[in-house]
Amino acid sequence: MSQACEKRHQRELSFTVNGKLETVRIHPMERLLDVLRQQLGLTGTKEGCGEGECGACAILMDGQLVNSCLIPALQAADAQVITIEGVADDPEASALQAAFLQCGGAQCGMCTPGMILSASHLLRKQPAPTLEDIREALGGNLCRCTGYMQIFEAVAQAARPRTGR
Amino acid sequence: MRSDPADYELIAPGTLQAVVSLLAGEPGQWLPIAGGTDVMVLYAAGKLQSRKLVSIWNLAELRGIDVRPDEVTIGAGCTYTNLREHPVIAREFPLLASAARWTGGIANQNRGTLGGNIANASPAGDSLPALLAYEAELILVSLAGERRVPYLGFHTGYKKLRLAPQELIRAVCLRRSFSGYFHYSRKVGARNAQAIAKVCIAALGRLRAGATENTIDDIRLALGSVAPIPLRLTEVEQLAKGKSIQPQLVQRAKKMTAAAIQPIDDIRSTARYRTAVASNLVAEFLEQLRDQQKVL
Repeated sequence: MSQACEKRHQRELSFTVNGKLETVRIHPMERLLDVLRQQLGLTGTKEGCGEGECGACAILMDGQLVNSCLIPALQAADAQVITIEGVADDPEASALQAAFLQCGGAQCGMCTPGMILSASHLLRKQPAPTLEDIREALGGNLCRCTGYMQIFEAVAQAARPRTGR
Repeated sequence: MRSDPADYELIAPGTLQAVVSLLAGEPGQWLPIAGGTDVMVLYAAGKLQSRKLVSIWNLAELRGIDVRPDEVTIGAGCTYTNLREHPVIAREFPLLASAARWTGGIANQNRGTLGGNIANASPAGDSLPALLAYEAELILVSLAGERRVPYLGFHTGYKKLRLAPQELIRAVCLRRSFSGYFHYSRKVGARNAQAIAKVCIAALGRLRAGATENTIDDIRLALGSVAPIPLRLTEVEQLAKGKSIQPQLVQRAKKMTAAAIQPIDDIRSTARYRTAVASNLVAEFLEQLRDQQKVL
């Protein structure tokens, strides 16, 4: 079959990243994480485990939280991707960033982008989460510095203004 | 050693018809990839044997949960998030909804699919004991058409399944006949999210109406991570059916469970621990089922 012979070529991929249409040349099985970091220079998305266990590479793709280390680039064709670089424009997520600073939710910073994206995904789905909801939403994000309590507190604090509304 | 993406081919034909045509043209040559939560882990570790992959992510024909009066048909491409968020699954098939909640973290639940969990054929697949307990049936599709098979018996050995090389899992069918049952499930692992089960159980039971002796009218028991395949404990079910839930029965059920399973020592646990926990879970289920009498 023709597919068998025509391999190992790069192809063009177009998708929207943080509101901007990007076109890059990729191998279809390249990890979306590598495309974001190496081709687009968006190094806010981190690589931790590289096997979907730690959440450091979390991004939003078409509004869904996903681990970008597990996405073959081809599957991002025409998608809307939001990385940590794009969340500062989002008032909800920037409230989260402020709360992380205030509560000491970020130490070395490696897990922080993934934590912020997981938390912002939670707050979009559940504007007034319980502590249990917060723990569950961040269950896929590992942090080796904080012991998690400051992070949970930061998410609760960011949610609080809306809870009170 | 990490894989070189240039060594791999991935295409996304976009329709089910095109995918099954591809599989029929070169049987066994193409590995379907949906959300990638298993395939990409192998790939990253340099252990992915298949060099040609076909994307089935987001294929419309594999998405959606179709609710009919007697049956629910779940597209194989439905994610764990889809399962968790579906009201009929949550209400009538709580064993499956809770398994979906326990699988990975949210990011993996947004990508991992029910069909992928079956095709990956891990003995620790979280959703598989639930499918055994509900006596799920699978719809398999190929260019030649569809066939429907019971899920019980679909996994024949470690990572082995009764799926022809040109076939794809299209959907999972569940009969809507479990509303009067007590549903019990637990996953025992190192932590809630992102942990692979040391042992997991999905069980269903119903007491005989009007009986004063906690008599078991019907019972289904399934365990994960205790054998090369997810296991239905038919001997224990036969022992318990029609009997009153007394301490002696619970003791016999525990012994029979320990004899029926073939757990291993591995990185996550030991055979001895798994045997003790599996037996205790069966006992806990029977005791909670007995206590349902008081609720009824």
